[in-house]
Amino acid sequence: MDALDKAIVNQLQGGFPITDRPYAEVAETLGIPEAELLARLESLLSRGILSRFGPMYHAERLGGSLILTAMQVPSEDYERVAEIVNAMPEIAHNYEREHVLNMWFVVATETPEAAQAALDAIAEKTGYPVYPMPKLKEFFVGLRLEA
Amino acid sequence: MSQSDALDRAIILATQGGLPLVSEPYRAVAEAVGTTPDEVKARLERMLAEGVIRRIGAVPNHYALGYRANGMSVWDVPDEAIDELGARIGSFPFVSHCYHRPRHLPHWPYNLFAMLHARTREEVEAQARLIAEALGEADRGHLILYSTRILKKTGLRLNA
Repeated sequence: MDALDKAIVNQLQGGFPITDRPYAEVAETLGIPEAELLARLESLLSRGILSRFGPMYHAERLGGSLILTAMQVPSEDYERVAEIVNAMPEIAHNYEREHVLNMWFVVATETPEAAQAALDAIAEKTGYPVYPMPKLKEFFVGLRLEA
Repeated sequence: MSQSDALDRAIILATQGGLPLVSEPYRAVAEAVGTTPDEVKARLERMLAEGVIRRIGAVPNHYALGYRANGMSVWDVPDEAIDELGARIGSFPFVSHCYHRPRHLPHWPYNLFAMLHARTREEVEAQARLIAEALGEADRGHLILYSTRILKKTGLRLNA
């Protein structure tokens, strides 16, 4: 990443305009041609420096359900359980973490019923209890990472 | 999808993978869903104002930017004070998400979650110390859980 890439990443983390030529407007702020901004964005996405570019939707406001869930999985059985969990389309993220509760995943569905069905299926297929940790209240979401 | 109609849904489906990288992206979305660019812009403005869209912009990959130490800090604080404490912790600039979540006693006494992001674990630990100071006696115990492996990362997608 060169200085211009960094400037683009820092500039574009929010507030993208809703106008006819939004890229041209942002490019002007950065002092570069529109085509250069588009090419740079394409490259940042294809290199995986940006995971996406566009509107970030709030799942719950769309009626969807996101539930953080933890499991305690014995190390000798970890890969089997990870495979079962990852294979489910309802699972958006899954992280191994250093704790007795060592598998943490997010169940993302369009309805709460579908989320419960996914949690039940995981408990049944893996043979281990799941600990749902749904959001009771959101205090803050958002962060600007300095590139 | 309780609060939106078919056109909102079509626009969401057309943009949840990303905004087109073309000169007139909202015109491209309008063409894809069979409406006018002005209608797409008005709908996006409305969804942004209502909070259905949190923001429009780039989502950097933490790791690619060097933020390799991502700690999930979890805190056991008194339930009756959690709204005030959660707001206080969520306002730290290094906290990306801050939530009240249920305890699972006796194994899991933590009810306040704050995701911390930094380039090293030492920095994450320093951030946690600032939170501990801000909580004072309300911090009845805390942990930082580091991720050691990303097993899956796709994100929520609505199905067409």
